[in-house]
Amino acid sequence: MPELDDIIRKCTESLEDPNMPTVRAWKEAHPDRKVIGHFQVYFPEEIIEAGGWLPVKVLGGGNIVEVRQADAHIASFVCSIIRTSLEMGFNGNLSFLEGLITHPICDGARNVAGLWGRNFPDQLAHILYLPQNANSKGALQFLVDEYRRLIRELEARGFGPLTSDALRRSLGVFNENRRLMRELYRIKRETPWQLPLSEVYVLVRMAGMMSREEHNRLLRRVLELVPERQGRKQDKLRVVFEGGFCEQPPLDMLRALEENCYVVDDDFMIGLRWITSDVPEEGDPLHNLARAYLEQSTYSPVQHDQRKPKEEMLLERIRHSKADACIVSAAKMCEPGLDEQVVYIKTLEAEKIPYLVTEFEEKETVFENFRMQVETFVESIMFD
Amino acid sequence: MSEANTQQPDIIGRARADGQRIIRDWFEELMKAENNNEPTCYVFVIAGVGEILNAFGIHMFFPEIGALQSAVRKQSLDYINLAEDYGFSPDVCGYVKADVGFHLSGMKHPMGQIPKPKLVIAPNLCNTYVKWAEIWERWYNVPVFVLDIPGMRGTGWYREPNSEDFQADVRYVKAQLEEIIELCEKVTGKKFKMDWLAEAEHQVNIMGEAWAKTINLNQNVPAPFNAMADGLTYLGMVNILRGKVEGAKYFTDLLEETEEKVRLGIGALPNEKYRLVFSGTACYPKFRRFTDLFESWGAAFTHSDYLGYAGGALSNGISYDTSRPLDSLAEQLVYTTQRAASNMFFSEDQFAQWFKEWKADGVVYHAVKSCRTVSTGMADNRLNLIRKHNIPCLMIESDLVDPRVWSEAQIKNRIDAFFESLESRRAREGKAS
Repeated sequence: MPELDDIIRKCTESLEDPNMPTVRAWKEAHPDRKVIGHFQVYFPEEIIEAGGWLPVKVLGGGNIVEVRQADAHIASFVCSIIRTSLEMGFNGNLSFLEGLITHPICDGARNVAGLWGRNFPDQLAHILYLPQNANSKGALQFLVDEYRRLIRELEARGFGPLTSDALRRSLGVFNENRRLMRELYRIKRETPWQLPLSEVYVLVRMAGMMSREEHNRLLRRVLELVPERQGRKQDKLRVVFEGGFCEQPPLDMLRALEENCYVVDDDFMIGLRWITSDVPEEGDPLHNLARAYLEQSTYSPVQHDQRKPKEEMLLERIRHSKADACIVSAAKMCEPGLDEQVVYIKTLEAEKIPYLVTEFEEKETVFENFRMQVETFVESIMFD
Repeated sequence: MSEANTQQPDIIGRARADGQRIIRDWFEELMKAENNNEPTCYVFVIAGVGEILNAFGIHMFFPEIGALQSAVRKQSLDYINLAEDYGFSPDVCGYVKADVGFHLSGMKHPMGQIPKPKLVIAPNLCNTYVKWAEIWERWYNVPVFVLDIPGMRGTGWYREPNSEDFQADVRYVKAQLEEIIELCEKVTGKKFKMDWLAEAEHQVNIMGEAWAKTINLNQNVPAPFNAMADGLTYLGMVNILRGKVEGAKYFTDLLEETEEKVRLGIGALPNEKYRLVFSGTACYPKFRRFTDLFESWGAAFTHSDYLGYAGGALSNGISYDTSRPLDSLAEQLVYTTQRAASNMFFSEDQFAQWFKEWKADGVVYHAVKSCRTVSTGMADNRLNLIRKHNIPCLMIESDLVDPRVWSEAQIKNRIDAFFESLESRRAREGKAS
């Protein structure tokens, strides 16, 4: 098997194992260090790595984890990602966590710290308040103070000590990581037959399950191998997928999608790619990181920022990636995603950009209907 | 009727009658506002900053109250259908859809014509507020200000006002309040005066103290007011009248009336047999029926977390220092929000305390599809109360304003089974019925 295929295969296996073997391997190699879980969407992982711990993205168990206990703890009309994340806690899949940090991205998510703290009282279950008024003159200092508060909470549990130099080094590592991920996305945009959606997705998602230095090594190797791929350009529709900012669709759904389309841009795992350019490594690193969250960032339905009207940013994403159409999706029961869908649809209609509206749930296992929907959509455009 | 009652015949029932009049007057003022070129701000029931808006003479419209009133008047489903035809998913908040449908239908509310917003203040304590506000932002090109008040960070995370963490939150909120004031100046053309804010805060101090005392009077047996039905009227007043002289008067009158009821032994329910603490909101299209299902068992709702978070977090009182109005506004917003609104996510022991202090027999959780803020953690909270505190709990599910989610047979079955178990428990414990 070619090495690149083997790397993808191993990453996929890790991703689909709810016990997170890459995280457990790190823990075994660093028995005196700890792991901090963070929920969607964005989290300042640089801080955790700079203090010697590992940040791990907790985003549910997809269609791998069967919900048995969590349903008794959560109301019925709440999205699956919260449900399966709690189930992973009950199952012991996340027994390596020192704590889980969440941010109020939505009304369901703002309950997770309470749910987690009641059921796993030995873990730190806290809310990190990223400013939801990104336009206020007070937002930057508040975020710096909030990052300092988080650091103090973690230090009480043996974190760090966190030095400015360590944080600067961490910024450098993460800057490189984001450059490498942007390169992956460039390939996906320009020569998608070399690196299809499902493979880029798996590679990006691994960032939340290993140290960033290790992820950088992985991506550098992948980028060395990509040119060797023999892929052939096919006559497929170029689309942008919008709606993957939190709960993640099953991998098989992405594979069904790429049978008919080249997904040339998307918002999958956008939290890991939130910052869009290098965070300055000179000066006050905490201040720079906070500023980057506010000033050097992309968009999502869970943030209100008057400088980033989301429908305009979607149009820009479509133009920049030279997409022909857009798949406007949302996870079931996802209030921000479903609300934003309406605006996106109205905007795409006004701009006469073809679109397909779908919903998904992470625990789906059958995609025939979805496949047919996509095929019909593609044919309606390509053979019009 | 007792001698005391005949001496003050107008007191009993006064709050309800005044409340109905005030609501009607409020809608009438709103109807005139646009014609009179008076600006209206759309606000929400948590952190509405009525102190600042009333200081500027800006009218406040609460779309939640609008949606609620449409549901009580059986109009909400028509509005929801319009919104769903427009493109909103069935899984989107019913309040949002009832409001969207109302706007799509020309803004003719059953209570009157509502003006378009000149400003929107959307606090972050419910994320859906922000998504909701974005709809008006796009439709009316209106400035939307997201008022971000950092809440509780975790279980037991209370910070004293002189702590570093608390002061960091206050600095952020104060910066935003200054920005709100600048916006209000632009919208009204008036120059802000700190005295206005001090005066509004003075009224809120009076209102808050009276309201907190009134809530506590329900610890008496029988409970003088129904935390659900009467509570809804009082919550309307807390929000609409915040910062106004009329607000202070309404609540001092309410306190007087409630004290009188306690003195005379007048309960909200003639034969109070069970006392309940309630978590969540009612199903407003079925409001009367919802309360009947409990009252038919002689059950009175004596307290609710709703009285806190839907009442501008005034349920524990408030203490503005009117000699430093802006700093105090920021401090009190952080303090009251963290202790009477965002603490709902970490309320495991709060309900146990209320159960004891309000002499309750059980706790009722009503999870509503439209409100994941309030409902997501309810089942877990309930389990915690049962396992840790041995408190009888009932959980039912429906919706705020969408009657399609109301399943009476199921809900009645669960309620009846709950009271049957309470009766058995009483019989085992040898308590008189």
